[in-house]
Amino acid sequence: MICTAGIDVGSTYAKAVVLNEKGVILGHALNNTGFKLAEVARQVYESALRSAGMAESDISYVVATGFGRHMVPFSDTQVTDLTASARGATFFFPGTRTILDVGGQTMKATRIDDMARVKSFRLNDKCAAGTGAFLEKTARYMGYGTTEIGPLVATSKQQVAISGVCAVFAESEVINQLSVGSAPADIMHGAIASLVDRSVQLMKRVQMEPEFTLIGGILRFDTMARVVREHLKAEVNVPPEHLVQFVGALGAAVLAQRRLQKLNLAAEGSPQRNECQAPN
Amino acid sequence: MAYAAGVDVGSTQTKAIVINEAKHIVGRALMDTGANVVLAAEQAFAEALKSADVQEEEVEYVVGTGYGRYRVTFGNTQVTEISCHGRGAVHMFSGTRTVIDMGGQDTKAIRVRPSGEIVDFCMNDKCAAGTGRFLGAASNALDIPLDQLGPTALRAERPVRISTTCTVFAESEVLSWLGKGKKIEDILQGVHQSIAARSIGLLRRVGVEEEITFTGGVARNIGMIEALQKGLNAKLNVSNDSHFMGALGAALFALDHVIARRAPATSGRPS
Repeated sequence: MICTAGIDVGSTYAKAVVLNEKGVILGHALNNTGFKLAEVARQVYESALRSAGMAESDISYVVATGFGRHMVPFSDTQVTDLTASARGATFFFPGTRTILDVGGQTMKATRIDDMARVKSFRLNDKCAAGTGAFLEKTARYMGYGTTEIGPLVATSKQQVAISGVCAVFAESEVINQLSVGSAPADIMHGAIASLVDRSVQLMKRVQMEPEFTLIGGILRFDTMARVVREHLKAEVNVPPEHLVQFVGALGAAVLAQRRLQKLNLAAEGSPQRNECQAPN
Repeated sequence: MAYAAGVDVGSTQTKAIVINEAKHIVGRALMDTGANVVLAAEQAFAEALKSADVQEEEVEYVVGTGYGRYRVTFGNTQVTEISCHGRGAVHMFSGTRTVIDMGGQDTKAIRVRPSGEIVDFCMNDKCAAGTGRFLGAASNALDIPLDQLGPTALRAERPVRISTTCTVFAESEVLSWLGKGKKIEDILQGVHQSIAARSIGLLRRVGVEEEITFTGGVARNIGMIEALQKGLNAKLNVSNDSHFMGALGAALFALDHVIARRAPATSGRPS
């Protein structure tokens, strides 16, 4: 069995996925990106290999993606995050035509064709409003950690209007809201709504078409998908819960499989390929 | 002797100034605005009265300014901080034609007439990039107190180029430069240059005319003064009371009211 790996070095988290040629995910791992990109890429790769019960020599091809993709010395090639997430999204939902990817410091809308090729994209390149950092900051001003955002919003009765133009200005807004007695849960709910508002604007600018697939770390907050559905008045696909952050890495691993197939075809039968065995 | 006061409730700090009829500053106070804006305004005013050794009853008129000006519950009226900074700057440096006011969350470029009247202004209304908060982020990331940022930056030999616009991203960028082994002073100088460049962009939009007066909390930062002077290729007026300029302007507007109130009475009194 030919196995590949995808490494996604994102702005906030680094992710790795190990995939076999049948499209079975054998292992995955996640780590904070920090500032030593090559080190974290190596760590997360080794963790994913361990979770797959495999050794590095079992992997035939490694594709790196994400903003730190050029800092993955052991990768065979690199692809952009847009290309990788297009593959990852269609892996789960082949009918995907528009992808919204919201991560720690990024927000990207991508329109793809039926071959998962990127047709149009827009991203927030200059501003943290509309990214996970915006929610993290808002939560932090109120004394909550990132992992508490989901449970907090779940208790919200109604949302408070938060303008969401700037992650820094949000602090004054939050303080004002708290001083007039708004509940933190409702403020957080408002922050998510303002983020969704920005995302939908981005999706409109790529001329979105259904099916819509949401990916990225922001989906750890399930309110996000619900608010997007309400806003678009359409169904949106969401990857399996434990894999929401791995769509880019998975896409990279899928592209690695395709690349290998092409190489094999080109080499016409030369059998120099590492074989790997999936545990069970 | 009659007195007038100005209270400037900024996004980050609240300032109060008490002046006498001769337009001399007799008392001042500065404190963090925090969450309770009304309280911050009251405390700053009380503190300024104390430092002036003036009783509240002796202050005939109070003007509130700054983003929290409507929370100055004891104020007689409100004036925008743009007008106040213009007025304060022209009072202190009569040749002022352009004011750059850099505060905790906003930066404003203001062009004024010799009278202190506003001709035009421009501000960052949607984004905290290029404001004092950008320095706050660097201070956090590098664990250096705010008042050490400027002096440290001045020691730079090879400043880095900060590429992020957003204050939130800047914090990560600063850390990543540290991770790449850059010197703190070189990173900080890059931060100052990046803020200066954005502010100069604002200034150009209103048109730069000398003299230029630098006001707001960030005017206490020697690194920023240098970076702006270099970028503008001009000398800036900076006063020790630069961060009180809005409050001073407000106090001057308050004094106008005191004098205007008295004028009819004075003229009507037989001498």
